[in-house]
Amino acid sequence: MGSLFDQIFQMSFIIGLLSAMFRMATPIIFGTLGEIITERSGVLNLGIEGIMLISAMFGFLATLTTGSQWFGVLIAILVGVIFALMMAFLVVYLGLSQHVSGLGVTLFATGLAMFVYRHAVGSPTIPPIVQPFKPFPIPYLSDIPFFGQILFNQYALVYVSWALIPIMWIFLYKTRYGLALRVVGENPMAADTVGINVNLTRTLALVVGGALMGVGGAFLTLAHQNMFLIDVVGGRGWVCIAMVIFGNWDPIRGSLGALLFGFIDAFQLRLQSSGFAIPFHLFLVLPYVITIIALIGVARKSSAPAGLLKPYRREEKGG
Amino acid sequence: MDEWGKRIMRMILAKRPPLPYWAQILIPFIAIVVSLCLSSIPIIYAKGDLFKSYFYLFYGALGTRYNFLETCVKSSPLIFTGLAVAFAFRAKFWNIGAEGQLLAGAIVATWIGINVPEMPKFAALALIISAGFVAGGLWALIPALLKTKLKVDDVVSSLLLNYVMWHIMGALLFGPLQQPGSSWPRSPSISELAKYPMLLARSRFHLGIVMAVVAIAIIWFINEKTVLGYRIKSIGANLKAAGFGGIPTTSVIIKTAMISGGLAALAGVGEVCAIHYHLLMDVSPGYGYSGIIIAMLGRLHPLGVGLSAFFFSMIIVGAQTMSRMTGVPVYIADVIQGMSLLIMLVAQLFTEYKIKVISK
Repeated sequence: MGSLFDQIFQMSFIIGLLSAMFRMATPIIFGTLGEIITERSGVLNLGIEGIMLISAMFGFLATLTTGSQWFGVLIAILVGVIFALMMAFLVVYLGLSQHVSGLGVTLFATGLAMFVYRHAVGSPTIPPIVQPFKPFPIPYLSDIPFFGQILFNQYALVYVSWALIPIMWIFLYKTRYGLALRVVGENPMAADTVGINVNLTRTLALVVGGALMGVGGAFLTLAHQNMFLIDVVGGRGWVCIAMVIFGNWDPIRGSLGALLFGFIDAFQLRLQSSGFAIPFHLFLVLPYVITIIALIGVARKSSAPAGLLKPYRREEKGG
Repeated sequence: MDEWGKRIMRMILAKRPPLPYWAQILIPFIAIVVSLCLSSIPIIYAKGDLFKSYFYLFYGALGTRYNFLETCVKSSPLIFTGLAVAFAFRAKFWNIGAEGQLLAGAIVATWIGINVPEMPKFAALALIISAGFVAGGLWALIPALLKTKLKVDDVVSSLLLNYVMWHIMGALLFGPLQQPGSSWPRSPSISELAKYPMLLARSRFHLGIVMAVVAIAIIWFINEKTVLGYRIKSIGANLKAAGFGGIPTTSVIIKTAMISGGLAALAGVGEVCAIHYHLLMDVSPGYGYSGIIIAMLGRLHPLGVGLSAFFFSMIIVGAQTMSRMTGVPVYIADVIQGMSLLIMLVAQLFTEYKIKVISK
């Protein structure tokens, strides 16, 4: 016990913890940003958990066969887009229940991911591994003491996720297209009246969101780990859904939530390895419990896009 | 009119008059046939012989007395989780947490099963079953209270609680519930008193299957013949209107959640007391999530849940034989399940809408 507290106040411990926080938060940031842009257009994508899993799987297989991690990411994006289009067909063009369709996409994608993985690799006693991404230290910046180690000695995808946060914010609040997207999400009929194509906007939002979820999934098998396991996503997709609510549908606040999750996740990992006398599974509970507590904290104040969950059928008005 | 609209024909969805009752009942069967046909794509991808694959799928599920009874055995937990989800969904309480509630039931059943003192067997079983039911009910109470008192989204909270319960189970199986001397996450075996009686010789046909069928009847009775059932239906149709109409919505949702969680927990109790006789991390291969599919295919009707649970049990049991004989991965069962749900949703849409082609 005493040794743990000694450890916590060591510089190397703090550097390791904070650097891991940014790493663990990265798939959540990708997923959360993807879900935010989707929900801002009025579509809840509960397919996220399955999309992240099947992208993680295909990204892994692509890297396993070609040896190129970036090719794996590309394939993961493609898979994310395909499943987002499936979601678009169901909830945008057919107007089916977003809850049930999303769960259906998740269950289908999960089953398919396990099926394809098992067929591709068989049942070896040792699961195959890939050469994962190497950290990409940014020249000069990574030499800064303390901050350099934490912030600028990360995987390239980590920097990409940081760059996406302001890009998404500027897109949503400072561009015409972002405004159009938000109008579609708040009041699709008004958007239609001023000539915005509601269905196309929602489909594009789903596609961009699916691509981001795909990258989040690929990060798990190509950087965070170097193999594919059935529980590699392990509820992170649902955590992203929670972070969207926690962040009140704002990319910056949602990403801060993701960082909080990353911190708890990194912290519990370190508690596990510190040889504490408590089973490590109790620490694994922490990120999920704290996510729920965070949701309680914001529940009364949060305001979802008014058009969320509502299909838009122009023809319905006449009956 | 824009240029594009003038040149092409457009397809739109138009409301159609309600279909006759028999057509409504036919829809799930059509969805099942279509998903079985579409599953030929992954089978071909996995280089399985189509005829052999489908033959062994059905032979494995129904071909012999033992296989048929195994399919009955597998349908027991699926009926419980299917009923659990259907019962909650009728009130539009989105309980996606059947998996965690199942585990809660399994954990409590194991704990009592190991420590049960000497007493008549029926008393021991009654104790375990009711304690398991309460455990699942209490676990489902959390998302219900979060939804009604704190306005936290029930989908997200019930989903996240699945992972919480899974890790709690891990902590117990590596801690106080671990079999002494074992390094694996498994509990000691439960006492003979706690084991469900087997009802048919040379099979695993156990008490839990009968319980599942009784549960179908009870839930049907609650839905159709009681005030609670009526109130649940009204809340599902329109929460606000039900509230204005004088229905105590909060207390009805809480009751719904607890019954739903209790039903899911009985699936876990059965897996421990009739199948494994101890607790292990793999006690449920996702029965709670299958429950969502079963509930939707069964159109939230208890009898429909029974039928679709039996069907998916066939797929799960049959897929094992099929996989052994043809080399197609056993996960084909999961692919078919996911596909069925999506196809069912689309099929259901066409009971309410038809495609109209407008040419301009």
